Amino acid sequence: MLDIFDILGPVMVGPSSSHTAGAVRIGNMARVLLGSEPATAEIYLHGSFAETGRGHGTDRALIAGLLGLRQDDMEIPNSFQLAMANGLEFHFHVIQLREAHPNTVIMELTGRDGRRLKLQACSTGGGRIRVDRLDDIPVGFSGEHHTLIIYNQDEYGFVGEVTTTLSAARVNIANMRLRRQGKGALAIMVIETDQPISPFILQLLQELHGIQRIVYYQREDE
Amino acid sequence: MALDSMQEIFDRMHSSGKPFWQIVLETDMEEREVSRADSWERMRYTWRKMVEASDSYTGERRSHSGLVGGDGKRMRDYLATKDTVGGAFFAEMIAEALAMGESNACMRRIVAAPTAGACGVMPAVLIPLYRREHIPEDDILRALYVASGIGAVVAYKASISGASGGCQAEIGTASAMAAGALVELRGGTAEQIGHAAAMALKNLLGLICDPVAGLVEVPCVKRNVIGAANAVCAADMALAGIVSRVPVDQVIEAMGDVGRRLPIEFRETALGGLAVTPFGRQIKEKLRENPE
Repeated sequence: MLDIFDILGPVMVGPSSSHTAGAVRIGNMARVLLGSEPATAEIYLHGSFAETGRGHGTDRALIAGLLGLRQDDMEIPNSFQLAMANGLEFHFHVIQLREAHPNTVIMELTGRDGRRLKLQACSTGGGRIRVDRLDDIPVGFSGEHHTLIIYNQDEYGFVGEVTTTLSAARVNIANMRLRRQGKGALAIMVIETDQPISPFILQLLQELHGIQRIVYYQREDE
Repeated sequence: MALDSMQEIFDRMHSSGKPFWQIVLETDMEEREVSRADSWERMRYTWRKMVEASDSYTGERRSHSGLVGGDGKRMRDYLATKDTVGGAFFAEMIAEALAMGESNACMRRIVAAPTAGACGVMPAVLIPLYRREHIPEDDILRALYVASGIGAVVAYKASISGASGGCQAEIGTASAMAAGALVELRGGTAEQIGHAAAMALKNLLGLICDPVAGLVEVPCVKRNVIGAANAVCAADMALAGIVSRVPVDQVIEAMGDVGRRLPIEFRETALGGLAVTPFGRQIKEKLRENPE
C-alpha cells in the first residue's frame, strides 16, 4: 500500500512532484553523497527533464536541492540567486542517454574541499527518486531506507566484516548490493537498513581495512 | 493490513464497529509504525499547510509560460462584489480551486492531493466550509483520513498518475476523495461515502491528460474547478440517498482499465488534445524559441 501521506502529500513547492519535488530530492541526495558544500556542478538533463524541465522548474529545483533546501522550501524558485550568493557555480547541458528513465539527470560535482562525485539519478514519480549510478558504478537505491554506501577495495572477507558490525549493532539490512569496476578494483557496497546507523558504528566501519570512503544517507522523516 | 479495496474497508468497519476514518488511521499506524498521536499530528500539519497556501495566495505570480496566474484573485474579487450564478459557497469553491492550482503552477508551496496538478480539489471543497461554518479542525482531519483512504484504494487498484491513467486518475481521484470527505463531514454513512466516491469518479471517467507545452498549467488549473464542483454534486447526491448503480470498487477498476487503454498521446505526453491545438503548438514553439 502507498503511504497515505503520499496520497495527501507531499507538502511541496509546485508544479510537479516528479519534475520539481523529485528534482529537489535528487539535489539533496547528491549534496549528502558529496559530503561537502558543492562548489561546482555540471548538470546533464535527459529525456523529459531536458524537454520540459525548465517549465517545471526542474533546473531551479536541482540547484535548490544541492544547496540543501527541502522540497517545501519557498526559496526554491530563487535558487539560482542563492547559488550565486553561496559560491556554487553551475551549468546545465542536455544529454541523450540510452536506456535511462525519462526523468534522468547526471551531476558532476566538486565540493569546496575538492571532493568529486558523479551521480546519475532519476525521478520515478510522486517525488520518489532512484540513484542509478555513482561514479559510473551501477547502484540503484531510493533513499526510502537509511542507506550506507561504502567505497572499498574489492577484497575477500570484507562483506562479512561489514555485516557482522551491523548485526552486532542490531541494525537490520533491508537490501544489499555489491558492484565493482573490475576484479580487485574499486567496489561500491550499498546497504539499505531498517534502523538508522549511529555515528559510533559509522566510525567502527570507517576503521575497517580496505575502506576508502563511507557515505551515509539518513532517510528523510517529515 | 493494507487498504486494497473499498469493500475491505467496509468489512473491517463491520467486524470492528469502527468508523471509516479510524480504519484508515489505524492502517497508517500499522504501516508506518507510528503512534496514533504521530499520525494525527501529521494530518493536522498537512491540513494547516493547505490552509496556509490558501491564506497566503495573492494572485500576483505568473507561471513559466505566463498563461496562468491571477484567476483565483479575479474570482475572489467577483464573488465579493457581484451576485454569482452558483451562490456564495460555489464561488468560494471555484476561487479556492483556482488559487491552489495557480499556486502550484507558479512554484508556490502546496499539498499534493493526490498529485500536485490536482492539489486544488480537496482544499476547494473543504476550506470554504471550514471558514463559513467554523467546523472544528478535528472534524476536518477525520474527513481527510476518509479522503486518503479512498485515494489509497484508487492508487492500489488503478492509478493516480496522469502519465499512466490520464487526468481521470488525477482530478478524477481527487474528486472522489473530496466527495467522500464531504459526506464524512456531513455525517453520512460509509455506504454513502462509497457512493459519493463512485459517482464522482464515474463522472470524470475518460478525462485525458493533455497539458499545453507539457506544463502543469493549461488546462490543469481549471480542471481543479470541475473536480471540486463534481465532488460537491456527488456528495449531495449520496447524502440525498442516491446510489451509484455500479459498485465503487468496480468503478475504480473501470477507471484503471480506461487509463491503461488510453492512447499514449493522452497521458501527459502533450501529444494530443489541447496540447496539439494551433494555440497549444504556438505556446510550445514560443517557449522553445524563448525559454526564459
